[in-house]
Amino acid sequence: MAKKRTIRSIPQERTPVRELDPVERATNFEEVNCGYDESEALLEAERCLFCPEPRCVQGCPVGIDIPTFIQKLGAKDYRGAYDTIANTNLLPAVCGRVCPQENQCEGVCIVGESLAPVAIGRLERFVGDRAIAEGWVNVPLVEPNGFRVGVVGSGPAGMACAADMAKAGCEVTVFEAFHQPGGVLRYGIPDFRLPNSVVDAEIENLKKLGVRFQCNTLVGRLFTIEQMIEELGFHAVFVGTGAGYPTMLGIPGDSLNGVLSANELLTRCNLMRARDFPNVDTPLPLGKHVAVVGAGNTAMDALRVCLRLGAEKVSCVYRRTRAEAPARAEEIHHAEQEGIEFHWLTNPVEVLGDDQGNVRGMRCVRMELAEPDASGRRRPVPVAGSEFDFEVDEVVYAIGTNANPIIGQTSSIRLNRWGYLEADADLATSLAGVFAGGDIVTGAATVIEAMGAGRKAAVGMKRYLGLPSEEDAAAETEFGIPGGRRNFARVRVA
Amino acid sequence: MAHVTDFRYSIVAREDYSDVTFMLEVCHPLMARAARPGQFVIVMSHADGERIPLTIADFDAEAGTVTLVIQAVGKTTKEMQRTCRVGAELYGIAGPMGIPSPLGHAKKVVCVGGGLGVAPVFPQARGFKEAGAYVIGVLGFRNRDLIFWEDKFRAVCDELILCTDDGSAGMKGFVSQGVLRAISDHADIEEVVAIGPPLMMKACADATRPFGIKTMVSLNPIMVDGTGMCGGCRVKIGDKVKFACVDGPDFDGHQVDFDDLLVRLRRYKEEERVALERFNEDCRMRTVPEGAKVVSDLPRARG
Ligand SMILES: Cc1cc2nc3c(=O)[nH]c(=O)nc-3n(C[C@H](O)[C@H](O)[C@H](O)COP(=O)(O)OP(=O)(O)OC[C@H]3O[C@@H](n4cnc5c(N)ncnc54)[C@H](O)[C@@H]3O)c2cc1C
Ligand SMILES: Cc1cc2nc3c(=O)[nH]c(=O)nc-3n(C[C@H](O)[C@H](O)[C@H](O)COP(=O)(O)OP(=O)(O)OC[C@H]3O[C@@H](n4cnc5c(N)ncnc54)[C@H](O)[C@@H]3O)c2cc1C
Ligand code: SF4
Ligand code: FES
Repeated sequence: MAKKRTIRSIPQERTPVRELDPVERATNFEEVNCGYDESEALLEAERCLFCPEPRCVQGCPVGIDIPTFIQKLGAKDYRGAYDTIANTNLLPAVCGRVCPQENQCEGVCIVGESLAPVAIGRLERFVGDRAIAEGWVNVPLVEPNGFRVGVVGSGPAGMACAADMAKAGCEVTVFEAFHQPGGVLRYGIPDFRLPNSVVDAEIENLKKLGVRFQCNTLVGRLFTIEQMIEELGFHAVFVGTGAGYPTMLGIPGDSLNGVLSANELLTRCNLMRARDFPNVDTPLPLGKHVAVVGAGNTAMDALRVCLRLGAEKVSCVYRRTRAEAPARAEEIHHAEQEGIEFHWLTNPVEVLGDDQGNVRGMRCVRMELAEPDASGRRRPVPVAGSEFDFEVDEVVYAIGTNANPIIGQTSSIRLNRWGYLEADADLATSLAGVFAGGDIVTGAATVIEAMGAGRKAAVGMKRYLGLPSEEDAAAETEFGIPGGRRNFARVRVA
Repeated sequence: MAHVTDFRYSIVAREDYSDVTFMLEVCHPLMARAARPGQFVIVMSHADGERIPLTIADFDAEAGTVTLVIQAVGKTTKEMQRTCRVGAELYGIAGPMGIPSPLGHAKKVVCVGGGLGVAPVFPQARGFKEAGAYVIGVLGFRNRDLIFWEDKFRAVCDELILCTDDGSAGMKGFVSQGVLRAISDHADIEEVVAIGPPLMMKACADATRPFGIKTMVSLNPIMVDGTGMCGGCRVKIGDKVKFACVDGPDFDGHQVDFDDLLVRLRRYKEEERVALERFNEDCRMRTVPEGAKVVSDLPRARG
């Protein structure tokens, strides 16, 4: 191997990634970030120091062995790099695109102390895309063990749990309420950030593992979680139904025509393909000037979708400053490049309507940041007398979601006081054999956390079913017996 | 397990009640078992279609079917009128959605259905009957030619008041007047359930308000997912905002802000017009006059 790398010897500049031209791309749904090609990826891989105690691994919510995968990538062992990532991350092509790396691996990368951190996300995406192009899947040779697992919800949490249980030899069926699987990856995140073809490829991979998808199935109402266990022959169930139920601002004018949630906007555009109306039947009329309230990833997606659908002016309204905006840095940057107007420290107090019940404007108040409170966050407070109106004809709320009530309404699973499902450290719920994870447990979070939760629940589920699990095998021993070989006696029903 | 994972959503029966109203029976054994009065489904007739909500007008657990009664009012429903024949399959049908109607312990109830609400109120009338209540049905149609399901209702109602706008059958007048007649005949009505166009439900709620009779209505705002995920179906109930698909669709009619609902139903008027125009244009362009064929293809009316 080449001589030891030092911060001085590595390429000093982060390898730039090609992006579509901001003016041109704002009129289409092509993916903005083109990703690294092979030579760019190899160049960037040279910037990793292969730290003996890599901080990036700790920064990763699922602990991907980052230096090992970068090392293999650098040696052009792409399959090896993929296998390394796939050990912990089921969806590299997705996470490489949508993870907030600046708060995770890249945020703590040693190189980042003096230079720009290693572009771990872009390298991960390179490997993920390679795997899709080559059709790599790790289908283990396992004997079917006869256990049936039901997964409710086909977002990243459900997909991850389904994959792990299928790999363990279970017969897995994923139930999805919508007519297409993928969860937020499908209906929420637009094509210019995460092309549908990537989501399709990940779903195909699951099918190769033997996972079955059953769409148009609203669990809770078509059959309950209890019925899945008691009547439909499932030995264990994972619930990953996500955080639905968008929050409205609760200000006058909320119900005017032209006020909608980002979820509705994005679902109409992405899942129902309203951007092709009237060639498809779902409409999504937008005004000339759209205001989106909020500054998270959902808000950025909504802003940029509106721009692409032809709105003349698109404004972001957020009560804190850019520094507090929760969206990924890259998304805010891209939105700025594309010409989105940002109104920081601005809060709507009323949506104004015309006599037809349509939006004609929005009354806002200027905000300032008060001293940090107990949580360390600087709370925005209104500046007295600073109200002003601005003309908009469409207002989109992207201010968060509450727990979807359906599973709570239809099962006896214990909920916490915000209505999310209660789960223990193994992600087991209060119902025997029923596990839960992702946004429906934590509230709205991230793709990688949801995926991690799905995998963690799979570990708990295997233990519950008495299946050997690598994770347990690696873990502590009990009475001198390695975890994975413990003798579980479980009576098979059915 | 085949029954859990192999859904095909085939249409097994169809009957046309008039040139705008038609009935479909869809094979879905699990849904037929799960459905309760007051619930609805979201249907997608083809892959490029809209997701439209339709009330489960009847369900038969033994036959494994759910029944939808559809009024052809716009692009999607008119297209379904043309394409949904026996043997065809729907692209998707999801449900049952919504909270089942709470069929309480009322001893005497009025079930009101007007226009596209006639069929949806049937399961509730039957549910009340099965729970031992005295059921008065009030059904409204524009004229006698549009009447359907009179027999079905007679079988579950102790009294049936038919109303037509032009007086060609039953009493002349709106269903709200039928409700008033029922109230004047019976001093002990405990609950009224009214389903139909918003203005009709509003009129019924207004009619019962002075008498303080509990009045439940089933709201029909525009929906997308039907799972509480988009908020498009939000309605104002008293001073609260509710999502009709998961918090309803049944609400206390005296609390509902109908004016708000009416305004929100107009949201896509222009787009609905464009879609329908294109659809009509498309139908004209076809060489085979399919509109005519549909009628001759119809399964015979069932006994
Ligand atoms: C617009 C948007 C942009 C985002 N951008 C990013 C980003 O850039 N980076 C990032 O890390 N995170 C992002 N997130 C957050 C991330 O997508 C979520 O945290 C993650 O998808 C949660 O995964 P999940 O599996 O818990 O649920 P979801 O992805 O929400 O999937 C849940 C699925 O369950 C289905 N379902 C619900 N109820 C039922 C039922 N009763 N029966 C059957 N099926 C049901 C739903 O239809 C859905 O398909 C974004 C979120 C949104 C909305
Ligand atoms: C919970 C629920 C249950 C319903 N049950 C039934 C049913 O059993 N049978 C039935 O025929 N219809 C029912 N509807 C209404 C049905 O969903 C609409 O008629 C349908 O979506 C219209 O689609 P379209 O493309 O044919 O017409 P569009 O072009 O969308 O609309 C044509 C006309 O219908 C009106 N319209 C559109 N959407 C609705 C709506 N949601 N409610 C009332 N009017 C609407 C429009 O204002 C317009 O004037 C129900 C709606 C809801 C929310
Ligand atoms: S912290 Fe940065 S330099 Fe160190 S191993 Fe991780 S990616 Fe490489
Ligand atoms: S239809 Fe989307 S929340 Fe009710």
